[in-house]
Amino acid sequence: MESKTRPAVIGLVALWLVVFGVLPILLLLGASVLTQDPAHFVRLPLSLDAYRQLLEPAYLQVMLRSLKLALITVALCLLVGYPFAWFTARLPAGWKTTILVLLMIPFWTNSLVRTYAIRTLLGTQGLLNKALLALGVIDAPLQLIYTDLAVVLGLFYLMLPFMILPLYANLDKFDYRLVEAGRDLGAGFARIFVKIVWPLSLPGVFAGCILVFVPTMGLFYVATLLGGARQLLVGNLIQQQFLNARNWPAGSATSVVLILLMALMLAAYRLLLRRAATARGPQ
Amino acid sequence: MKGLRLLFFCGVFCYLYLPIVILVGNAFNLNRYGLRWDGFTGKWFVAMWNNPGLMEAARHSLVIAFAAASLATAIGALAAIAFTRYRFPGRRLLQGTMMTLMMAPDIILAIALLVLFVALGIALGFWSLLLAHITFCLPFAVVTIAARLEGFDPHLLDAARDLGASEGRLLWRVVLPLLRPALISSWLLSFTLSLDDVIVSSFVTGPAYDVLPLKIFSMVKVGVKPEVNALATIMVGLSLILVILSQLFHKEKNTP
Repeated sequence: MESKTRPAVIGLVALWLVVFGVLPILLLLGASVLTQDPAHFVRLPLSLDAYRQLLEPAYLQVMLRSLKLALITVALCLLVGYPFAWFTARLPAGWKTTILVLLMIPFWTNSLVRTYAIRTLLGTQGLLNKALLALGVIDAPLQLIYTDLAVVLGLFYLMLPFMILPLYANLDKFDYRLVEAGRDLGAGFARIFVKIVWPLSLPGVFAGCILVFVPTMGLFYVATLLGGARQLLVGNLIQQQFLNARNWPAGSATSVVLILLMALMLAAYRLLLRRAATARGPQ
Repeated sequence: MKGLRLLFFCGVFCYLYLPIVILVGNAFNLNRYGLRWDGFTGKWFVAMWNNPGLMEAARHSLVIAFAAASLATAIGALAAIAFTRYRFPGRRLLQGTMMTLMMAPDIILAIALLVLFVALGIALGFWSLLLAHITFCLPFAVVTIAARLEGFDPHLLDAARDLGASEGRLLWRVVLPLLRPALISSWLLSFTLSLDDVIVSSFVTGPAYDVLPLKIFSMVKVGVKPEVNALATIMVGLSLILVILSQLFHKEKNTP
């Protein structure tokens, strides 16, 4: 007795994912190789003008700057997130939950609101400047807001949990006896970290970096609120191409570059996982 | 080492919470620009309440979040059932599509959906926004629900089948009640994701249907708005409640 439930469930799920998952990306690829049209957004003939445009110095500059800011953000997230995940993984079970919930509360709060909150912290008359002045570290307020530093601090603030969670998932499974074995064999702290902990945590590191790196370049509102009016991130560029310049082929081509970057990182990640699996040998 | 660890945690949490604390403080601060503490006031909450544009955007956001969370959880439950219970051609491909949706940066999803809506002739407004929000909530709903489904005792389902239950009846009477905690978690997560979204919304909605994050964005772009502090304080409170709720249901999930 085969009911109609099964095909109906499969059909609905497949339809949804094809219409809202596959089709939009195909249309985006299509739009990137069409010609700009003021009335209907895009029209024939096919052309690679949009991609050629990406190589112009003005675009390349934004791309490179965005890459630089994203890389600094990833490095900062890793620098803070790694010890955070390591310390948390070594805590007793009850404390683990507390720390993770404390980490998740800001994460569940609207990210735009938090970016706005960062602005109040970094402002010329903000708390940070006041504290530094009061402590006598500086004589005059620092210009923090509307600088690249402010943007990086904002991106770091928003993306840190995305780095910590995969790292924690990895380090939580780490067999601490390996560290003890290393210590018994006379290895110091640095050697144990470089030779044992770091290589075993690479899948977590990579997953965290992927989750932070590409999305960071899309967070246009952080650049707008903390970095001033300049075009800083690829996200600002795409927003400007779509909503202001109405140049859909160029905007689509820009995002195709982001998609390729993401795909490249995922491919590298799979390669890493496979190599880690073969290094461990058959279980 | 212990002291160092404590100092490190304190430092990170200071950075994460200080901006929020300042924000909440300024919501009650008489000083408009929050430059110093001038005394306690509730007038920014009144100003917020009397700002019709802001209140309308808040209503829109809640409607969208409620509808998107409900529909994403419903479709997510079906998808989770399809992926864990059924074997069919193209299953891995569909699963891959879903994971890609989850990993894809918001900006890519945003413009891909914008192009889709324009190509299909769907006007930008309530419906486009709702469909977009369901789409980005869906993978998170599926992952949450599938995790619970995989932990099921298969004997329960065999017993139901032996007693002559059809597939539809089995899903409705046995699987669905067992999924309850996961459905609630998935709903809460989707609700939060929907309220949080700035990037996708800014591309797929039209001027007729303004939502809260976009309204706040256009207000604070030009300067300090104390009524935004008041509203943000309410939003912080709301997310706190949601986190507590989800933790409670998480506990229930772990104790059978």
